[in-house]
Amino acid sequence: MTTIRERGRTTVGQLLAAKDIVVACGPGGVGKTTTAASLAATAVVEQGGRVLVLTVDPARRLADALGLKGIGNDEVRITDDVFAEAAAHPRGELWAAMLDTKQSWDDLIRTHAPDDETCQQILANPLYQNISGRFVQSHDYIAMERLYQIHSEGKYDLIVVDTPPTRNALDFLDAPQRMADFFSSRLLRWLIVPYRSRLVNVASRPFYQVADRILGTQFLADISEFFILFQSMYSGFIERAEAVTRLLSDRRTTFMVVSTLEATPVREAEFFSAELSARKLHLGAIVLNKVLPEYLRDPNADKLAQSMQASAAALTDGLTEDPAVAARVVGEVAESFLNFGVVARREAEQQAELKGAPDVFVTVPFYDADIYDMTGLLRLGAQVWG
Amino acid sequence: MTGPPDLLDLRLVFVTGKGGVGKTTVAAGLSQLAGEHGKRVLVCEVDAKGDVTSLFEASPTDFTPREIAPGIWSMSMDTEASLREYLKLHLRIPVVGRIGPLARAFDFVATAAPGVQEILTVGKLCWEVREAHYDIVVVDAPASGHIVGQLAAPQAINDLVKVGLIRGQTDWMLDILSDPHQTGLVAVCTPEEMPVNETLELVTRVREETTVRTSAVIVNRVLPELFSQPEERVFEQLRKPEVEAVLSERAGGTVTPVLEAARLAVTLRRTRSVHLQRLQAGLPDGLPVLLLPYLFARSFGARTTRQVAHALGEELGL
Repeated sequence: MTTIRERGRTTVGQLLAAKDIVVACGPGGVGKTTTAASLAATAVVEQGGRVLVLTVDPARRLADALGLKGIGNDEVRITDDVFAEAAAHPRGELWAAMLDTKQSWDDLIRTHAPDDETCQQILANPLYQNISGRFVQSHDYIAMERLYQIHSEGKYDLIVVDTPPTRNALDFLDAPQRMADFFSSRLLRWLIVPYRSRLVNVASRPFYQVADRILGTQFLADISEFFILFQSMYSGFIERAEAVTRLLSDRRTTFMVVSTLEATPVREAEFFSAELSARKLHLGAIVLNKVLPEYLRDPNADKLAQSMQASAAALTDGLTEDPAVAARVVGEVAESFLNFGVVARREAEQQAELKGAPDVFVTVPFYDADIYDMTGLLRLGAQVWG
Repeated sequence: MTGPPDLLDLRLVFVTGKGGVGKTTVAAGLSQLAGEHGKRVLVCEVDAKGDVTSLFEASPTDFTPREIAPGIWSMSMDTEASLREYLKLHLRIPVVGRIGPLARAFDFVATAAPGVQEILTVGKLCWEVREAHYDIVVVDAPASGHIVGQLAAPQAINDLVKVGLIRGQTDWMLDILSDPHQTGLVAVCTPEEMPVNETLELVTRVREETTVRTSAVIVNRVLPELFSQPEERVFEQLRKPEVEAVLSERAGGTVTPVLEAARLAVTLRRTRSVHLQRLQAGLPDGLPVLLLPYLFARSFGARTTRQVAHALGEELGL
């Protein structure tokens, strides 16, 4: 069923032979997490080595089946008996970790804080707690930061990263740079200055007046305290953010865009592929999940279904005990075929429009059941692997 | 008034759901339905992608509402424009000449102070409700991961900012958001594992962390029940190789793909109905669950929007 577009490298398996990091990205709700997990599991079976899947929020049933219940930021090994249940023989080790945003932020602060006192002050700052716990964009940054950290520890041969669902699929790519910009911005210095000296120059006074009126003086003071503390970690942060950006464009890193052929996801996937190449990031593969079977688009079958619908009674005459029911069933069957045919043709058209130039292009059929165990993961993985 | 108000009688409806479940389609369908019932509707897109307007065959709108169909106005949220409007209306601060530094300052404050973006979004929506230019404001809201933060923003700001003009502004917003006769949330999902999990989680979080009431859960893309039980038995008989051969001969071509497609449809429907049951079992009693059929459509536009509106109307008993 796997359709492969020849382009030198022909399978995801080959693609991964020289990669350390696969970043699975794309719109939400297309099976990104499951695809990432299945790729990691398959890599362990096919290639061996130590493989880590860094995930954001796996389906509970899947996490349970892999024995990942309640795992957190720390990497956990998926035991061989999980593979054994799927009659598979791992040639290496599969590890998994879940991204805990708050925990990762706290770790980052501990790493970069100049001294213990500053560290404690930051951790206790209400603004910091708000940012690290709730602030949506911090998720994007910390996912990439965590990837960097794990990669530099050098414990894994392959890391498959599942990116967090974002408002904009690109947020996480920009996150490290945004973080760097943020800490080096002139505005940051502007905002911090007045609480050291209220006698600011004429040019910036209107800004403070507006800010004060909108936010209230106390809140502004809270903000500035937070950033004064943060400034002590300024250079560490900038350096780190730059390193994270470098890692994403490293030749050992590749991106795998996952999507379905529904209208909205396809548009997002298309946009994403274009942006990856604009940023000179390596688009290794496009994986399309839940693709309807090809036979639905067969023009002969379509004609046949139309005539079955028209002459259902004649077709079923004498075949079963109740001819009326049989005729109705054949009518329903034919109509259902025609209905799904409309969707299958629409989706095939959308697939053709998916631009971008991945090394590998993979389609995965609609599975009869949800994927909730290692058997399912490896079955999906075999499709993706090629 | 007793009991929950009808969806169309609300003044502010947030339509949310996991990415890819069709919340924009539902928001458009709901707006269409309200319009058909003589309401003046404002449909607001928060993560502007121009999808709502395309579902009415109209070109994208900006912060200034524009009528895109009879009785239906559309706008897309722009927090910077919202800030500018806010400053002008409430603080009488002229911003025209200083928009450059202000925009940068705004970017900064919005990044630094969580809740500012959110409050400007929710604030604008509440303001439209208060000003009553429209009968109902339908929001194509952020995906379920973000909506709770947005709806909780006025409360969060209240906790974080002790004084200042923003503080003074959050009370009337909370009044509107907390009134179940004015404001409601509609959670959209599909009968699949993750969307159902996320919806159950969302409904709980909305109840625990915000003052907004969930008015309905809408299950999108529900596949039709192909066969009754006796019909399914007949279907199995027809799939026996010898019977299938006769069918193929009579039809003048192999019927295998046609039968196989029906089998796939039956299996998909069955897997999905398990998730649907799980959803219904997990939701609080009395929360309406509306079902929208899977649309076997060539493309999505004004035609499907009408179909969705029609299906919603039937589910609501209108």
